[in-house]
Amino acid sequence: MKSLEDLKKLRESAKRKIDMRQGEADYRIVVGMATCGIAAGARPVLNALLEELDKNHYPAVVTQTGCIGMCTLEPIVEVFDKQGEKTTYVLVNPEKAREIIHSHVGKGEVLQKYTIAATGK
Amino acid sequence: MLERTHILVCAGTGCTSSQSALIYDNFQKVLKERKLDKEVKVVKTGCFGLCQKGPIVAVHPDEVFYAHVTPEDVAEIVEEHIYKGRTVDRLVLHDIDDDTKEKVFDINRIRFYAKQQRIALRNCGIINPEDIEEYIARDGYQALGKVLSEMTPQQVIDEVKASGLRGRGGGGFPTGVKWQFAAAQDSSEKYVICNADEGDPGAFMDRSVLEGDPHTVLEAMAIAGYAIGASHGYIYIRAEYPIAVERLKVAIKQAKELGLLGDNLFGSGFSFDIELRLGAGAFVCGEETALIMSIEGKRGMPVPKPPFPAVKGVWGKPTIINNVETFANVCQIILNGAAWFKAIGTEKSSGTKVFALGGKITNTGLVEVPMGTTLREVIYEIGGGCPNNKRFKAVQTGGPSGGCLTEEHLDTEIDFDNLIALGSMMGSGGMIVLDEDNCMVDVARFYMDFIVDESCGKCTPCRVGTKRLLELLTDICEGRGTLETLEELETLSNDIKEASLCGLGQTAPNPILSTMRQFKDEYLAHVVEKRCPAGVCKALLSYKIDPDKCKKCSMCARGCPVGAISGEPGKTAYVIDPKKCIKCGACISTCKFGAVARG
Repeated sequence: MKSLEDLKKLRESAKRKIDMRQGEADYRIVVGMATCGIAAGARPVLNALLEELDKNHYPAVVTQTGCIGMCTLEPIVEVFDKQGEKTTYVLVNPEKAREIIHSHVGKGEVLQKYTIAATGK
Repeated sequence: MLERTHILVCAGTGCTSSQSALIYDNFQKVLKERKLDKEVKVVKTGCFGLCQKGPIVAVHPDEVFYAHVTPEDVAEIVEEHIYKGRTVDRLVLHDIDDDTKEKVFDINRIRFYAKQQRIALRNCGIINPEDIEEYIARDGYQALGKVLSEMTPQQVIDEVKASGLRGRGGGGFPTGVKWQFAAAQDSSEKYVICNADEGDPGAFMDRSVLEGDPHTVLEAMAIAGYAIGASHGYIYIRAEYPIAVERLKVAIKQAKELGLLGDNLFGSGFSFDIELRLGAGAFVCGEETALIMSIEGKRGMPVPKPPFPAVKGVWGKPTIINNVETFANVCQIILNGAAWFKAIGTEKSSGTKVFALGGKITNTGLVEVPMGTTLREVIYEIGGGCPNNKRFKAVQTGGPSGGCLTEEHLDTEIDFDNLIALGSMMGSGGMIVLDEDNCMVDVARFYMDFIVDESCGKCTPCRVGTKRLLELLTDICEGRGTLETLEELETLSNDIKEASLCGLGQTAPNPILSTMRQFKDEYLAHVVEKRCPAGVCKALLSYKIDPDKCKKCSMCARGCPVGAISGEPGKTAYVIDPKKCIKCGACISTCKFGAVARG
């Protein structure tokens, strides 16, 4: 370790690895992983979310939950911001998942077209 | 790929002894079988503190804590929680809300944690102690970097002085002042020693810090080295702490690899190296001069002070000796400033204190609270009080050098000076709770038995005197005591305090003096009435069966291990033969009608 700067750099990269234990992420993304969700393809969606977050160093954690109740709209992805405001995205596939991440978590813009409100149900 | 979930398994000594290593292995195995091993990481951490509920497993980011997990539960947790996102409710750590009677799962609202403030234990149960990067992620080695790049040694000492940090090993001596003494010595060779020879019965604060966050001690030792002008440190740790020793070895190796220990740290020209010295578990080696002798390879015996170690310590060179927990506070003081630390706790005792709760208490474990918290808050609100609805009798603090505090002291604010004023002491932080079933004479005898074993034998008052004290206490417990015995006990105790060479002997009679003061009645009952009110001292007990209450069922006779009870089922009441009776109490617990009485 040559300088305080070197240490700070190492800290930044190390910090991302344990952020989820400290509840400091800006967004919490929840994927419905009940039988209905898994059958509709929640697993590839979850993988896509993780890949995209990792690639872009976005400040979010991903967790899974059971059946959200609207089985016909699975896979469902819920995004909670720091204030606990929830946005529900439905009929998500890996491509949509990537778009959602870039827009919602990356830019802070809700991607209206994939939300539950936009499906008209 | 980024992991989505971290499963933290407690790998402290407590949980390890209830199979947490196997739990860790099972998680690895089951996750691999389910092909989840890339996205879910299993991490071994230090102590979560709530040892009573161990083994503890935490799942993040969900912040779910599982208690009493067994290796068999692992498959279910993975299947339900990790795979399907449903928590396994039967295992989740929770409280019951007093008002609504609903379950509380939020860790910050669980009473055991709600009143705690973690400085020394800030990383325990959060990071993997065997991964230096996780320590760095939690601002690790930032304090050392700051000190070496921005501060002079005197500024470091001033900061520690201003924080009001006092030695957590028990004495409560101001840490900054100690450093100043050593810094003022003109010597090209000085030493920093970390005293990890934690020996009080029931105390495990230092072990948990070293197991859960070894780097914080290494970092603080390097800071101390810079402050006093030392380039070498020793950690004196007992060999009975194998997990802590192993983690320290790993930590020192990793710190050296990253250049955070060794030569020319942060390009400042300052070099610091740390070596481990394993003690053989002699209590007296926690005394600093005996500790120095032991490091030098000699028999661990104290020598008179002065000269103090700060002037003439290990290898005859100026040396500072600080306790593990003291060091664990240093980095946070440097990073957050003396004023921040000073604002926590009471005026004369700043910061927090870690206590190991043990004995007759519901939540056995490790807690860290601000100084000034009352005993009642620690024992009842955090500790959950005495189990099985037993009545609280006393709390023993300060180990074999301390004393007992009773019901009337429960609202005392804990700090160094308050506890001494009440005839006990802070000590290193062991807190042993006693309930109505504990005999105070027996408790005093327990500590004296310990001291007799641990006295190094160098000075006569301690070597012979404590042995005599133990004999007197044994006389009292076995019914041979008289009022003169009590007088002799008190006189001899005071003599030993006056005449002993080191702290061990000077404080050894404290448990006797303190219990005699607080529980005079109990001592009197033993010597005058030949009765043990708590029903502990076997020689003073007798068991009788009340013939009127006896239903002649024969249960007691069948339960008696030595055949001391005779009678005929359904015909004559049962009788205990006092000559054969070993006073084990089996008849009392077998009798469903309360016919057996203990006197």
